[in-house]
Amino acid sequence: MTLPTWLALLVALALAGAAARAVRRRFFRHPTATWGVGILAFFAIVAVAAPLVAPFDPREQLDIIRLKNQPPSWTYMLGTDVYSRDLWSRVVFGARVSLVVGGLGTLVAVTLGATVGAVAGYYRRWADAVLMRGVDVGLALPRIFVLLMAIALWDRLSLPVLVLTIGLTSWFGTSRLVRAEVLSLRERDFVAAARALGAGPARVILRHVLPNAAAPIIVSATLGIGNVLLLEAGLSFLGIGVAPPTASWGSMIADGAPTLATAPWTTLFPGLAIALVVMALNAVGDGLRDALDPRREDT
Amino acid sequence: MAAWLVRRVAASIAIVLAVVTLTFVLVHLAPGTPFLPPPETPADPAVTARLRAQFHLDEPIPVQYIAYLGQLARGNLGLSFALRRPVADALAEAVPNTLLLAGAALLLDFLLGLALGVYQALRVHRLPDIILGNATLFIYSFPTFWLGLILVLVFGEWLRWFPVAGVGDPVLCPAADSLRCVIDRLWHLTLPALTLGLVGAAGTARFQRAAMLEVAGQDYIRTARAKGARERRVVLRHQLRNALLSFITRFGLAFPFLLTGAVLIETIFAWPGMGRLATDAILRRDYPVVTAAALLASTLVVLGNLLADVLLAVADPRLRVPAHA
Repeated sequence: MTLPTWLALLVALALAGAAARAVRRRFFRHPTATWGVGILAFFAIVAVAAPLVAPFDPREQLDIIRLKNQPPSWTYMLGTDVYSRDLWSRVVFGARVSLVVGGLGTLVAVTLGATVGAVAGYYRRWADAVLMRGVDVGLALPRIFVLLMAIALWDRLSLPVLVLTIGLTSWFGTSRLVRAEVLSLRERDFVAAARALGAGPARVILRHVLPNAAAPIIVSATLGIGNVLLLEAGLSFLGIGVAPPTASWGSMIADGAPTLATAPWTTLFPGLAIALVVMALNAVGDGLRDALDPRREDT
Repeated sequence: MAAWLVRRVAASIAIVLAVVTLTFVLVHLAPGTPFLPPPETPADPAVTARLRAQFHLDEPIPVQYIAYLGQLARGNLGLSFALRRPVADALAEAVPNTLLLAGAALLLDFLLGLALGVYQALRVHRLPDIILGNATLFIYSFPTFWLGLILVLVFGEWLRWFPVAGVGDPVLCPAADSLRCVIDRLWHLTLPALTLGLVGAAGTARFQRAAMLEVAGQDYIRTARAKGARERRVVLRHQLRNALLSFITRFGLAFPFLLTGAVLIETIFAWPGMGRLATDAILRRDYPVVTAAALLASTLVVLGNLLADVLLAVADPRLRVPAHA
């Protein structure tokens, strides 16, 4: 048990508490959203300060004979895995992988989706027709098969390429959403005014149209991070995501699965970490939607 | 309506064709070739070359593609490289298993999810709603494969109530031909279907609750109350019926899940379905099986969308007018 771990927990709780007290706006009327912020803060702090928080090297096999599959104890907070590695240290470093893949993968997806959606919705006519038929095909692609193909056929992908591959196959839904928003926004007076003042299409889209479509984009991005995180975990579980021995929550579950009956903690804790983060993201996404969209009162 | 349907079907076929083309190009572009002998047992290059020629792999990709489309038009999915038999036969074995698993999961998903969502909407902001709301939020966030492992641990290892692998007992019940063997199948189906169904039901419940509450604020609900309809009638005839409209769209979107949603769960429960067939095929560079799997999966996507649109038009008279949707 390490001091930085407790500190991270304390800071996260304090953040959630302070946020709930100070900001009495719509977002924090959601009790679960407040909890979500606290959980996300905890994992974010732990991920950033991983070397401080983790008591052991996540890749180090401490003692393969005597320290294999040890149950949780004061020294090994969450126990050790089948290779005698400290589980808590691996969960801590795994947070880095999960948050980075989830965050960056979603960033790629949302950027692409917003661009395609904005172009299709703003220019309409053939640009819209071509892009949206492309999106139709993208939505019909069996994503898990495509990812399996990309990853399995091109051998193991490096982390940046994995992030890019996930992002490139996850933007189709966002582009439809953004297109619908842009279609209605482009008819508004302030867009006509901007155009009358001589603003070019790029400026109108970036400065006037997209900022007004920000709310649904932010909400779908928040929910998207959770999906990407689950996807990465699934791929790593199949052994084709993040390369071992780098700690990833998905591959930790795969490592633990064969000794499920004798050492259940090796499977339990990494999965719990995924579930907590995804739940926090979903809760924050719900809170954001209610806070940003005044029409959706109290659902 | 008829013209609209024809246009939609034509567009759907075009989409499936595009997916098949993309998949075809992708698998052929990827490094590595089929029939590459493993390093520990090097084969005569002449044998490999003859095998490649036999399956026309030595021809340019465009020629192979045209030939493949020609076969496809005749309903021929080709021969599997790895399984040494027609792709259609392999699919005919795997698809029913996946349909059984995903079908059972979807049934649980929709029935339980709808019931919970409607119940929560009726008790909104009261204790049952708050408890269920938090529970569904939590379960909805589970990685399905992890929940599968937990269920295996609890019901398979500790309680020993359910078997944890396969579609049935291979010795006692190789086929579901007697009542006892049908029960055996269902017994094997329980854990994997429960895994997928529970996570799905949590999502459906959240969706349905929101849909019910959105409808609850509409004027026609107030009108129904104002004219003195009993609460039960208001909820079932006015609120639920309208909330079901958005559920139909969700149903259509869930359709492809029948084929691809079970990939990870099939791995955990050693379920010989589409997911495992496709995964193995990808790893073995078994091009015809991969393309056929993509063909099936994308067909389900467009079929689901089409079905949802038709059902919506049937259920919602307001949608029957537009002929150029």
